Amino acid sequence: MRPIRLIAAVCVCLLSVLAASAATIADSELTGFVRALGQGDFDDTERAVAALAATGDERVAGILDRLGAGDLMVRKADGAVFVAAKAGKDVALADPVTGADAGTAPKAGVEKIKVNNRLRRAIASAVGNLTLMSPDPATRRAAAEAVLKSADPAVLPVLDKAIAAETVADVRATMQVARATAVLASDAGEADKEAALSAIAGLGTRDALSLISPYASAEGPLGDAARKAAAGIERSMLLWDAAQNVWYGLSLGSVLLLAAIGLAITFGVMGVINMAHGEMVMIGAYSTFVVQETIRAYAPSLADYALPLSLPVAFVVAGGVGILIERSIIRWLYGRPLETLLATWGVSLILQQAVRSLFGANNREVGTPGWMAGSFDVGQMQVTWPRLWIIVFALAVFLALIAALKHTPLGLQMRAVTQNRAMAASMGIRTPLVDALTFGLGSGIAGLAGVALSQIDNVSPNLGRGYIIDSFMVVVFGGVGNLWGTFVGAMTLGIANKLLEPYAGAVLGKILLLVFIILFIQKRPRGLFALKGRAVEQ
Amino acid sequence: MSGVAEGSILYLDQVSVSFDGFRAINNLSLVLEPGEMRAIIGPNGAGKTTMMDIVTGKTRPDTGDVLFDGSIDLTRLDEAAIANLGIGRKFQKPTVFESHTVEDNVALALKAGRGVFQTLFHRRTPAEQSRIDEILDTIRLTARRSHPAAGLSHGQKQWLEIGMLLAQEPRLLLVDEPAAGMTDAETAETAELLKRIAEKQSVIVVEHDMTFVRQLGVKVTVLHEGSVLAEGSLDAVSANPRVVEVYLGR
Amino acid sequence: MITGFLLSGFDRRARWTVAVLAALALLVPASNLLLPEDSLLHVSTYQLTLFGKYLTYALLALSVDLVWGYCGILSLGHGAFFALGGYAMGMYLMRQIGARGVYADPLLPDFMVFLSWKELPWFWHGFDMAWFALLMVMLVPGILAFVIGWFAFRSRVTGVYLSIITQAMTYALLLAFFRNDMGFGGNNGLTDFKDILGLPIQAPATRAALFAASALTLAFAYVIASAVTASKLGKVLVAVRDAESRTRFIGYRVERYKLFVWTLSAVMAGMAGALYVPQVGIINPSEFDPSASIEAVIWVAVGGRGTLVGALVGAVVVNFGKTWFTGALPEVWLFALGGLFVGVTLFLPRGIVGLFARLRRGDAGGRTAGIPAGEAAP
Repeated sequence: MRPIRLIAAVCVCLLSVLAASAATIADSELTGFVRALGQGDFDDTERAVAALAATGDERVAGILDRLGAGDLMVRKADGAVFVAAKAGKDVALADPVTGADAGTAPKAGVEKIKVNNRLRRAIASAVGNLTLMSPDPATRRAAAEAVLKSADPAVLPVLDKAIAAETVADVRATMQVARATAVLASDAGEADKEAALSAIAGLGTRDALSLISPYASAEGPLGDAARKAAAGIERSMLLWDAAQNVWYGLSLGSVLLLAAIGLAITFGVMGVINMAHGEMVMIGAYSTFVVQETIRAYAPSLADYALPLSLPVAFVVAGGVGILIERSIIRWLYGRPLETLLATWGVSLILQQAVRSLFGANNREVGTPGWMAGSFDVGQMQVTWPRLWIIVFALAVFLALIAALKHTPLGLQMRAVTQNRAMAASMGIRTPLVDALTFGLGSGIAGLAGVALSQIDNVSPNLGRGYIIDSFMVVVFGGVGNLWGTFVGAMTLGIANKLLEPYAGAVLGKILLLVFIILFIQKRPRGLFALKGRAVEQ
Repeated sequence: MSGVAEGSILYLDQVSVSFDGFRAINNLSLVLEPGEMRAIIGPNGAGKTTMMDIVTGKTRPDTGDVLFDGSIDLTRLDEAAIANLGIGRKFQKPTVFESHTVEDNVALALKAGRGVFQTLFHRRTPAEQSRIDEILDTIRLTARRSHPAAGLSHGQKQWLEIGMLLAQEPRLLLVDEPAAGMTDAETAETAELLKRIAEKQSVIVVEHDMTFVRQLGVKVTVLHEGSVLAEGSLDAVSANPRVVEVYLGR
Repeated sequence: MITGFLLSGFDRRARWTVAVLAALALLVPASNLLLPEDSLLHVSTYQLTLFGKYLTYALLALSVDLVWGYCGILSLGHGAFFALGGYAMGMYLMRQIGARGVYADPLLPDFMVFLSWKELPWFWHGFDMAWFALLMVMLVPGILAFVIGWFAFRSRVTGVYLSIITQAMTYALLLAFFRNDMGFGGNNGLTDFKDILGLPIQAPATRAALFAASALTLAFAYVIASAVTASKLGKVLVAVRDAESRTRFIGYRVERYKLFVWTLSAVMAGMAGALYVPQVGIINPSEFDPSASIEAVIWVAVGGRGTLVGALVGAVVVNFGKTWFTGALPEVWLFALGGLFVGVTLFLPRGIVGLFARLRRGDAGGRTAGIPAGEAAP
């Protein structure tokens, strides 16, 4: 069906561009050509299509489009061709050239002009010929692409003319590739064909490979050249595929990083296992939803800024909930990690159910602002803006956190409490306050992660569940108590996951990774970047 | 191995270990004869506990030889294997099994098969029972035998731990600060107990309390920054100007 | 030796527990089968099956308690052993369906026909024999536990790290069993069972027999657990829980002890799963869900860890509550469960059994391997 859609698209362009210009031949002459479409077998029709196209009349493309769609019928009585439409038991007829109403006919009195695939291709390339010289570059590009698919040697003369006249660089490039495919299909000399091959190989895409591969099985120098070109394309595709997967991996890695940094603080710095960490992420995502709905209701003009405005809200809400949990539950359980684990699991159940009761169990929709949508290409790699933004955001959060730990008084006190609680307390640091703020910071960052995740995941009460195990894996893999370890861990696992996926599938890849980490922890129980020394042993 | 190792119960030669660049033990060499009791003193951070960690297999040295009984390389063995060779250890902070009774604490330490199925099907023999009674008597905890160890006082826990050490019947005892948290009378009794133990077994005592060390009346090794600073009788090392400097500073 | 060993498990509490379970095994099926339906003492087949399910949960809780309460290994993946035992039983039950499936294939279970598989995967062979399936019920969880434990304990992975490993293990299995090409029925799992040991699985008499089997297996497991914890080995386990490195320094190879109790516990969990499946009539990957494993832990915490009877009490009480809540106030259940996690860890570290022991003053109940002071109430 694709050629039909293509023709339709091309026609729309064509008609809109050429609507005002005059017909190049008379209606009656054109009607004669159209009449030929309805006579003889498929081959005759194909010849008639070529003849019709050769007139260059701007109405031809529309008529061919109707032909491709199977709307043209022949009246048996006189062999006249009409555009037919169902009208009850009868068929309504219209003149294909003028569009004038031509009355009705009984169904038995007309016969559809049948179209086979070969004919469809012929129609496509005929339309392409017509449009290659269009004044509109988009039309020309679409036309060139149509030729690329059909690879019809008959187009070559038109195409050469079009290339010579073409002023837009990348349209010309497309035309040249189209020309190369046409040359390959033609009976041109070996040298020309080899030149054509290398022109196609230069593209390095999957399409190029499928254009070349039919020739790779050929004998002689042309086959050799095709095989070499195909191998080159495969190599370049492999590289681009790898690059794309690394990119996906970086993107997944930064999601993991966002989810895990908060955990790295609560688990790594404070030694607290917070199983409700995922729910902090979930709360962040719901905060984004609430901010968005509020803005939509009261200040629709700001709708595009709902996401950045959600950041402080999510940070404060998730951080606040975190501090509440720390003050009411976790502080009683310091030094008893297994109990903390169980209690915070209980908290996670309560938070999930609370959100479910408040917002319902269904997914909530968080929109993507206009400035974040869309994508662009880097070579053969597609880069979508939301992914890019998440990577940038994750890095920003990570670096800000590192800076905060290094340069703020809270950071200093946090590190002091981590290293020697009793000493810090005796030096006048209010350790309970530091504990609460540290936990709040970790939870707040989880909230920020929730804002980002609202863009790529379903905002539902179960949002956090999906990330808790992965986040733990990242922190443990990277080495507890080491933020850079978390960074390296997140990126490594993200990229490894995406590189494994094409070979093992998403689920098996994930299982393999889990098994790997399980084995890894056995080998290095304290992660990649482990702290050593006596203090750790205690 | 050199001839010095032969005939010794514990032989450390040129042992070094460092944590993240900090040299906790630096070229430490030490020889203990069978039946000898040795006191090891030194300021905080001198490497006393780390030395014990190395002997008992908790920490692996970076370089150097650690030989037991003249020929057994301790650096290749884990804690349990070393314990079963006959090296017992008492920790600085008394660690007993808090939720077990005093009697069970001793029973667990009692020299017997340590295999999983041996313990699963183990039945206490009369001989074992009388040995337990004897040890409880020695450490004066007979009256508290059926109480959980968690309820003992600090000094009693120290004694229980020494009792567990006795129950293991080790050939070499490593005792870390046995007198910490004890009254003077208890300290004196502990010294007497250790002296009695040393009649049959070799003992290394790490201690801060000079009175206690004096009561032991044995050869003293002074550690400083991970290596041996001085060795000899307590009076001799106390007179050593370098030791004085280390202890008093400057 | 074995008899003497098992007899050593019969302390006062064990005698009571076994007596109660034996009475249940006899009386509940009798009341279901013999009493008329309008009798006050009649137990309906629904109630019988429900309570039979609780008993299998109690066995799972017992296995969790053995490693957590006595050896300090908090497993967040015991549901995996339970599910593996269940799958082994489910495979036997699937093979028993024979040609009575929807597609009437004499050899292949329906889901395989549906996936247009041509032959039985190699790991499905042998499951048509009950003895083989029963062996696998114990061997599969046992071997998995042995392998995981061997690696983990040897490299001294302890505490939270071990908990997270076990959670990752069950999570990986969850993902794996969701896959159709694993050959375990994917998302839908194994169901539509017809016979067990030649008896129709839906028949009231079979259900009553399954109930009795669950009660007696639980009693047997209890005696084994009681004997293990009463032995010197049991004392070593508690010693490991309280002061692991101290235990090493008096010469015990901690990793071997852990491995022993860990594997034993996994086998028990597998047996629980095998009894569970014929009673509920289905096994699917959701049993591998990490939250299922954590729930089993909270049963033990509620009942009182470190006491064997506590595990049974906790499993029955919490699941009774769950049945009631999810029927009467479904939206409140997660609040209640969450509150239970928080409340028990904060206020009731010794669980219900510990609470009663405290109320009765003095008598800590023979052999409760209590919780060390450092871990007690805040």
